Amino acid sequence: MPRYFTDEHEWIDVEDDLATVGITDYAQSQLGDIVFVELPAPGTAVEKGKDAAVVESVKAASDVYAPITGEVTEANPALEEDPALVNTSPEEDGWFFKMTVADPSELEGLMDEASYQEFVAKL
Amino acid sequence: MSDQIDQAMDSDEPLPLDPLPLDSWHRAQGARMVPFAGYEMPIQYEGIVAEHTWTREHAGLFDVSHMGQLLLSGEGLDAALEAILPIDLSTLKVGQQRYSLLLDENGGVLDDLMVSRWPDALYLVVNGATKWDDIATLREHLPDEITLQHLDEQALLALQGPKAADALARHVTGEHPLSALTFMKFGRYTLAGHAVTIARAGYTGEDGFEISLPASAAEDIATLLCGEPEVKPIGLGARNSLRLEAGLPLYGHDLSPETSPVEAGLVFGINKRRRTEGGFPGAGRINREIAEGTARKWVGLKIEGRLPAREGAEVFAGADLVGTVTSGGFSPTLGQPIAMAYVASAQAAPGTLLEVEVRGRRLAATVSPTPFVPHRYYRGS
Repeated sequence: MPRYFTDEHEWIDVEDDLATVGITDYAQSQLGDIVFVELPAPGTAVEKGKDAAVVESVKAASDVYAPITGEVTEANPALEEDPALVNTSPEEDGWFFKMTVADPSELEGLMDEASYQEFVAKL
Repeated sequence: MSDQIDQAMDSDEPLPLDPLPLDSWHRAQGARMVPFAGYEMPIQYEGIVAEHTWTREHAGLFDVSHMGQLLLSGEGLDAALEAILPIDLSTLKVGQQRYSLLLDENGGVLDDLMVSRWPDALYLVVNGATKWDDIATLREHLPDEITLQHLDEQALLALQGPKAADALARHVTGEHPLSALTFMKFGRYTLAGHAVTIARAGYTGEDGFEISLPASAAEDIATLLCGEPEVKPIGLGARNSLRLEAGLPLYGHDLSPETSPVEAGLVFGINKRRRTEGGFPGAGRINREIAEGTARKWVGLKIEGRLPAREGAEVFAGADLVGTVTSGGFSPTLGQPIAMAYVASAQAAPGTLLEVEVRGRRLAATVSPTPFVPHRYYRGS
């Protein structure tokens, strides 16, 4: 299944009309020790580029944006117990939420893995 | 994703910023540099929690060269400085250091600082972000006979933690052994061949030292100390979480011209003789508040759950807004969020149950005695 990346360091896996969203390894390394993740409740409508979740690290609170528009279907229950999963497994077990894909054309503006790595290398 | 709140760092300052003496050394140690107090400074090396825990268990080296080191000398110095600071210099002996406050005419806090008596001078350490204003204030109010020297060729390193004394003792010789230097004392030492002054003080709640040294020797000495098995370099992030656990105020957040030292619980910074005699900026208000109490007090809060409440979060008692958080974060030592807040004095007693609002959510909070983590200063064996 294809994985896309945003320039705000979110990743999104898309399978048919359902997507999984998280933050990248680069993002977690920048945030440092994560102590709390505030996730949207299932049923929440999220809009591309708008706030969808909040990550609290020891250092600061950071917004996580929705990579695309859609409706949240599930929030990762494991993050409530163990927010540090975002540090240890940001791009797998530490996913944030699943959502519907309202408009597949929104994916076209996102980066693939190679472009994202190139983008991060320049930061 | 974007950083929304950056409590410890003033990250909106424009680049380029001045490099500190250890700039390239920090980068070589893997530091992430951020703008702070007009400089680029290391926020972290391996990670805030790891660095925090290391300092509580071993020893951490902090570069605090951004702070202002000032040397005052001249005829009539004590009287001249007492007209500006609420300190009693008649009881400050050579080799002693004391906490003091720079206040405005209304008793609001312009800065908090350390004053030490050298044999022929007074040495001040002031906050980095306020040092230029402090220098201007001092120059304006000190008479011409007093010389104010900004020691900007000096770096300042803090070595903090239960193993700090062991690590440092291997490399210093001086007028007294390091073990004779108790909390809030200072002395002149030789460290790796360089003349330095060392104060037994710090900002973590642990035993530790603040070492003033020539900037040209900073790399040598930082490398030497970090070569000791007990010592690692520690960034600003852990410096903030350590001082928060120690219940120590951060200027610009917990203290400002809008706060008085009495409501902040810093009455010890207004020395006893000055409370009766007055004669310092803001004395009227300060002495009235000491006698009558204040409408609000700066208190510690322990917060339930894992969501930190940060600067600006509002504090409630039921439906009533009773205060505001000035510093807050996750305590690595306690494993829970802690905060400092100004709250109405009626709600300030330890054990009072309050709520803190974070993004529309009410978190249960209990007024807690500070420090949250006990101080372990060295007061002699």
